[in-house]
Amino acid sequence: MIPELGQVALIGALLIALIMGTLPLIGASSGNQRLMKIGQTGAIAQFLLILTSFVILTWAFIVQDFSVEYVARNSNYQLPMQYRFSAVWGSHEGSLLLWELILCMWTFAVALFSKNLPDDFRARTLAVLGWVSAGFLLFVIFTSNPFGRLIPQAADGLDLNPLLQDPGLIIHPPMLYMGYVGFSVSFAFAVAALLGQQVTRDWVRWSRPWTHVAWAFLTLGIALGSWWAYYELGWGGWWFWDPVENASFMPWIVGTALIHSQAVTEKRGTFRNWTLILAITTFSLCLLGTFLVRSGVLTSVHAFASDPTRGVFILTYLAVVVGGSLLLFAIRAPAMVQGSNFAGVSRETLLLINNLLLVVMAAMVLTGTLYPLLLDALDAGKISVGPPYFGTLFALLLVPIAVLLPLGFYSRWQEDSLGRLLRELLVPGIAALIGGLATAFLLPKAGSWGIAGVAGAFWIMTSCLRYYRQRVSAGRGRRPSRGETGMILAHFGVGLFLIGASLTNAVSSEKHLRMVAGDSFELAGYNFVFEGTRGVRGPNYVADEGEFIVYKAGKRVTSLYPQKRRYANGQVMTEAALDPGLTRDLYVGLGEALNDQGTAWAVRLYHKPFIRFIWIGALLMMAGGFLAATDRRYRRSVTARSENPVADANLAEATA
Amino acid sequence: MIGRLLPVIIFLALGILLAVGLKIADHKTEIPSPLIGKQMPEFTLPVLGQPEVMVAHDELIGTPFLLNVWASWCVTCRVEHPVIEELAKSGLIRVVGLNYRDEEADAQAWLARFGNPYELNIADISGRTAIDFGVYAAPESFLVDPNGTIVFKQIGAVTPEIIKEEIVPRVMEWRRAP
Amino acid sequence: MTPTRKRRLIAVLLILAGVGVASTIAFYSLQQNMLYFQSPSELAQQPIPPGRQFRLGGLVKPGSVQREGESLTTHFVVTDGPEEVTVEYVGTLPDLFREGQGVIARGALEESGMFAASEVLAKHDENYMPPEVADALKESGHVSMQSKDEG
Repeated sequence: MIPELGQVALIGALLIALIMGTLPLIGASSGNQRLMKIGQTGAIAQFLLILTSFVILTWAFIVQDFSVEYVARNSNYQLPMQYRFSAVWGSHEGSLLLWELILCMWTFAVALFSKNLPDDFRARTLAVLGWVSAGFLLFVIFTSNPFGRLIPQAADGLDLNPLLQDPGLIIHPPMLYMGYVGFSVSFAFAVAALLGQQVTRDWVRWSRPWTHVAWAFLTLGIALGSWWAYYELGWGGWWFWDPVENASFMPWIVGTALIHSQAVTEKRGTFRNWTLILAITTFSLCLLGTFLVRSGVLTSVHAFASDPTRGVFILTYLAVVVGGSLLLFAIRAPAMVQGSNFAGVSRETLLLINNLLLVVMAAMVLTGTLYPLLLDALDAGKISVGPPYFGTLFALLLVPIAVLLPLGFYSRWQEDSLGRLLRELLVPGIAALIGGLATAFLLPKAGSWGIAGVAGAFWIMTSCLRYYRQRVSAGRGRRPSRGETGMILAHFGVGLFLIGASLTNAVSSEKHLRMVAGDSFELAGYNFVFEGTRGVRGPNYVADEGEFIVYKAGKRVTSLYPQKRRYANGQVMTEAALDPGLTRDLYVGLGEALNDQGTAWAVRLYHKPFIRFIWIGALLMMAGGFLAATDRRYRRSVTARSENPVADANLAEATA
Repeated sequence: MIGRLLPVIIFLALGILLAVGLKIADHKTEIPSPLIGKQMPEFTLPVLGQPEVMVAHDELIGTPFLLNVWASWCVTCRVEHPVIEELAKSGLIRVVGLNYRDEEADAQAWLARFGNPYELNIADISGRTAIDFGVYAAPESFLVDPNGTIVFKQIGAVTPEIIKEEIVPRVMEWRRAP
Repeated sequence: MTPTRKRRLIAVLLILAGVGVASTIAFYSLQQNMLYFQSPSELAQQPIPPGRQFRLGGLVKPGSVQREGESLTTHFVVTDGPEEVTVEYVGTLPDLFREGQGVIARGALEESGMFAASEVLAKHDENYMPPEVADALKESGHVSMQSKDEG
């Protein structure tokens, strides 16, 4: 009976979303306060209903109600309690409910924290979010209902895919969705601004913290996914340019461009159309990503089960949401601002180049991801696009971005001199040279990309530190704001990431070999000694566990215990053993037993230097994003005095 | 003005591509069936529950049938089963079951519990015949014409839409032909 | 032409040039890194010359998996019903790899007609359940989903 209540709650939320989508819009254009307020009440009501629905599904998992088909497919009696929670989003239907829950959370947050917004703008924003939610709920209720019953009830469930029985997978989807769905807020802000013809500087200022937070979560979500794939899939890789990964990376790239574009619009009043388009595009890519991984249009080793019916639904949803907003942009976008010229050498130019480079990068990833589909549609064969395409182009585009990044810090708005910039960058330049030379001598395996990457990273990180020090001792009596500190922190993270990404693949060592107890192998100065295997038991699996002792220069470094698990549903899983370290990871995976007695094993040994830099860099980016969102100026009310009359004049003139 | 319309135009082009992709995805699989248009593979398999009674593939030629690959351990088969039952009850076409890599006791119990709409059930315990059909997993179904040629393969559960779009038209055509 | 217009023109030209270069590099890279996908039957109809990398997909023929002694070399046959191809792979096989299951191997044909794989992937679709479920469930003494009835 209770699961049916969950379904009722979904339908109730749909009705509220539809009301939320229409009445406040009418209220906003007619100035009717009561109608506008419906946006906020609707947001609260919707959130409560969806939360109820989600809690009911979770409860069904906790008490292991196998009369609910979704529970039966994704859980069984032996599943440990913590994974019963994460099993809720273990496959398609539940993950969509999570998506919807997070959308309602963001909508609720907008309703709560938007006291400083004008009523009509806030009403329109909530209305747009209501439409987004309504479409999604239609999709869930009609094609992906998690509350369907299985009659007669199953005696026991199938089990959660063992790949998902892992701490990383408890938080990766929620964090990813927080980012993914979070961009719906900047989208809603953009559409609301277009609807009400209020593309003002204030609009951007309100938008920014929401965008920062969404971006930070998305960064975290992607980093978690990469880290999880690294230790769970057991092959030493951290990014595969798989369509599912690309689906989350494209919004991130465009979201980064959005953040930078918003900075220009807020400070200078220009780039408004860029900001609008980027806000719409970022969320569109989020929806596109959802479509790609669930519709069966692309096959991927990681994709959800494909279902063309669902695909049609999402595509229609996509067409309405994205097509509609782009049309709105075409009709209502504000005219170009006159008199906002900036010189060839200026911060504006650099950020414009930044926007272009990032958009090209996203377009490149999109092309590579969709090219197989295009060829298939043209009946030109079934192909897949290999990682070198993505990797090479990504690296090529990263070069100009990395080079220009510090110039962005130091450059002045509107007009600057190249000579002055280069003088500022002398010290970072020297640091880059030192970094590059050090790499060339100490890590000969790094190759030209490795050397370039480290040089670029030193270039960036030194600029960040130097800039921060200059701002701190600026003597103007003002410390750098949180926005600035956040920005510096995030860019420093980019540098760290660059070191990890450039070096780790080139400098890693890997060996697949056959080992029996007593064998040892020397890899990159570490001696791996295999002590044999023994059988172990887990809550819902049995496993062969190997013991490896690692020595360096005769001294014992660590013991590693990789496992080969066999789960209740028959699935076999490799649990690699890791010795993480700041400068290097040691990694051992068991392949398969090479004889029936289980005394000889296929073993994979890895030495992976600098790989943690990748995720630490990403975490710093995330931290910078969160920090910047808490900047005090975002909490100022609408009527506060402007601090940038030039920008205001520009915008006032254009929207007149 | 064109500049402003550019995003919409790009999106439209993208949308068309994706829509076409979906149409393909409908009947697409990473590994298309090479058996369409060919004679069904040769086999001789025992009847489920009567291991001494063997059925050869050519005994099935003459009247069209739907070969439904199922097993008691297959969850989706359970979800598909009512559709198969409806199909059999309608009398449109006979349904032959291929019990795939299953234990006889389990298969019989499953049929007793959920109903047996099959005119005939043959047991492929090792799964080798299924491999000849290119079967990846259960459920999969093959539509075989009166001459024993495979004309359609469904990967995954048979749905009412599939019956309407793929099975009914073909059966009607066969009935019209003398 | 006013300085502003001239600057804008230069900017537009630079952007066009940049996009042009990027597109060319991208297209070239795409062509270089495209991997065609063939099933054994498709391969029989449209043979691919030895040495050219592509992806071969099909089912692992039961009884065909043979390991060379205790080395890391494995031979197996990929089939899609009518046609089959023998594959040689050196390395550890993925966890989901087993007989009767779907597999995709990346590599190239050798002169001998054997497919030398550099990478083997096994696919798992959440709607399908591997047949091994029932076996393993019984092995571990676990109750199977359908065979046990409560009244």
